Amino acid sequence: MDQSRRVLLKGAGAGGALAAFIAAGVLKPTQVLAAEWNKGAFESKDPEGAMKGLGVSGAADSKEVTIKAPDIAENGAVVPVEVESKVPNTQQISIVIEKNPTPLAASFDFSNGAQPSVAVRLKMGQTSNIKVIAKADGKFYTTSKEVKVTIGGCGG
Amino acid sequence: MADPMKIRATMQGDTAEIRVLVNHPMETGQRKDAKTGELVPAHFIQTLTATLGDKTVLDSQIGTSVSRNPVFGFKVKGAKAGDKVTITWKDNKGDTRTDETTIA
Repeated sequence: MDQSRRVLLKGAGAGGALAAFIAAGVLKPTQVLAAEWNKGAFESKDPEGAMKGLGVSGAADSKEVTIKAPDIAENGAVVPVEVESKVPNTQQISIVIEKNPTPLAASFDFSNGAQPSVAVRLKMGQTSNIKVIAKADGKFYTTSKEVKVTIGGCGG
Repeated sequence: MADPMKIRATMQGDTAEIRVLVNHPMETGQRKDAKTGELVPAHFIQTLTATLGDKTVLDSQIGTSVSRNPVFGFKVKGAKAGDKVTITWKDNKGDTRTDETTIA
């Protein structure tokens, strides 16, 4: 009886400590579980939470990061977006749609000769800024573009 | 079981252009069924990886904001015609699928 209680407490303590490390940014979830889906960032309901989940800090606006997207999307269910980073050594590009219910759309890691450029089709619930965050040598570069949506792609 | 992906890989100079079309509903979990009015459970791709030969070139994490039957386009420098491209995705229900093609 006593022993099982102790085990339970011990387990809870360890879990709590791990959560505290993640919160403090000492251990980023992506580093702990390399190939695991970044649940915290993807389920975050605001762009700030998504950025925090990705470990983004001190991001600077940059013209080296470009977004190709329509100014007006007639159908929010399919918005073709192309993003590219010209910052040397870009390892990762993430796309955040600020006003979507879960803003983080996708995060791409490039390696072994893959160019930091990606084309995707996204869903947009309403007119919103699309924010792109490129990570290069541990620094973050961002740019954003507004896309007007006439018919939403979420709900429906 | 999920339908096969369509993968197209072509050389443009020294860079391979790869486009992948995945057949997937990408349900967000926020859409209501038109007939029953009940929420359709979330069902979406969470990770997609691409390898060229035996090297990983693209490792992506994907959320619900990616559209239905998503398309991913990317470029790999230093690839050659005849190289094998393998794409694997996994969704939130644990479904997974792998398809491959060779660069034309």
